Amino acid sequence: MNKTNAETKTNKAYSRDRVSEAKVIYWCLAWTLATAGATFGPELWGYGTLITSIGIAIQLAIGFGMIWTFKGFLLAMDELQRLIQLEAISLAFGVGVVVGLSYELLEDVKLITFEPEISHLIMLMALTYMFGLFLGNRHYR
Amino acid sequence: MKNRLKVLRAERDWTQAKLAEELDVSRQTINAIETGKFDPSLPLAFKAARLFDMLIEDIFQDEVNS
Repeated sequence: MNKTNAETKTNKAYSRDRVSEAKVIYWCLAWTLATAGATFGPELWGYGTLITSIGIAIQLAIGFGMIWTFKGFLLAMDELQRLIQLEAISLAFGVGVVVGLSYELLEDVKLITFEPEISHLIMLMALTYMFGLFLGNRHYR
Repeated sequence: MKNRLKVLRAERDWTQAKLAEELDVSRQTINAIETGKFDPSLPLAFKAARLFDMLIEDIFQDEVNS
């Protein structure tokens, strides 16, 4: 059965969205690998100052590349998709700040004995962001 | 805000996907506008008005005034 022009064009737009999403995923993956390299690498090369600095510079550069790619991803979206992203990002940021401060406070007032880890906060923000996207997409479907 | 997008689309026998393509937005956006869950921006409302060759207020109505 022949597809209508609109269906074909919509499929092209859908493909563009997929390409844009794929770029963000590749950059996130590259940044995660660079972060792992910058974290665990120094042990391998004996904490050499120059190579460690280069590793962190690379991790930082890839991080900015990831931010830039995500910005492009947002700009390519339509206004409703951007609103869903805004609501999810606001939720993740708000939860991150509020819970992060309380988490830090728990250690300050000796209610927990371990040092709060930034990685816990990042995981919480990532999960909150995904939950926010789920809620937004469900609300506006 | 109420709108007549669904009626105008049906008059032309267009699918949501077709209207989405014409307005360069996602089908999800068209559905959210039609069901009143999302109010379009002014540029998108103007685009819809141009597409249907109508005035914005003939497509979108403020519920306070209707």
